[in-house]
Amino acid sequence: MKSKSVILNALKADFPYTVPIFAGSMEFVTVSLLPGTFNPLEAFLLTLMINARHLFYGISMLDRFHGMGIKKWYLIYGMCDETFAVNYSAKVPVDVDRGRFMFWVTSPNQIYWISDAALGGIFGSYIRFNTKGLGFAMTAMFTVIFMEQRIREKNRVSSILGFVATVPFLAALGAENFIIPSMFALLILLSALRGPMERRFES
Amino acid sequence: MTLTQQIITIGVVVLGTLLTRFLPFCLFPAGKPTPKYVQYLGKVLPASVFALLVVYCVKDVSWNVPPYGIPEGVGIAVTNANHQVELIPIGFVSHFKRVVRIIPITEMYRPA
Repeated sequence: MKSKSVILNALKADFPYTVPIFAGSMEFVTVSLLPGTFNPLEAFLLTLMINARHLFYGISMLDRFHGMGIKKWYLIYGMCDETFAVNYSAKVPVDVDRGRFMFWVTSPNQIYWISDAALGGIFGSYIRFNTKGLGFAMTAMFTVIFMEQRIREKNRVSSILGFVATVPFLAALGAENFIIPSMFALLILLSALRGPMERRFES
Repeated sequence: MTLTQQIITIGVVVLGTLLTRFLPFCLFPAGKPTPKYVQYLGKVLPASVFALLVVYCVKDVSWNVPPYGIPEGVGIAVTNANHQVELIPIGFVSHFKRVVRIIPITEMYRPA
């Protein structure tokens, strides 16, 4: 019976965060917020700051989600980092329904997320070996997609700008505060270079 | 926090998350032509965003204390190399390449 209550507790702990929030880092932050003092405005602003990068995903996917009907709204809701990365970079064959394709990337991804978070809650305490470094899987995934993107779009400039706009802010402001200034810097740089960049696209 | 306050906190986080996901699609709906500037951003942003995501992944690495981020650096270098010339045919990266191409899944949706 004991194991059953452990499973139940893990599910109870898992469900409120993963199902409605479904945004990687924010779920962890929310867990750390809950024991603290009640401050909904701070929680809201913190969410906007941490998830601001999703605005960029949305802008990138505007065209691709056109004409997807009702699926579009689920695809937008389920667009976490990993799902966006796969949906954006996958080469969908022309005779395959893009909406269905993206739906079958998004929904299993969400299910894995929810079920794996629950499994982690149940079995996490039994893991005895050192799991440091497992998180590199995510770094590797984004590295691969970054490279694919660079090779495919021949878009060296905006790839490099992605580093130019972020690394100095990470160095200066630290891990907690660099994303928002980096995003602004990126927007300013990309806007400033719009003329030459547009010409590159045309040629 | 009481239970109600916790529920409100989670609700507020949900609202913030949904806002960042849906805002671009609400501001630039399918029916109306998207401004040229936003179209341009849609084209150039992704490449930069993936660079940003790579940086985001290594944001918590301490570069000035041992092991000086060497494991991450080597990891990224090996990932890069393996992606360009498939050095290690079995492994996460090559598996991921197969997933990205998603050939078996797409086969399922080919009209007969």
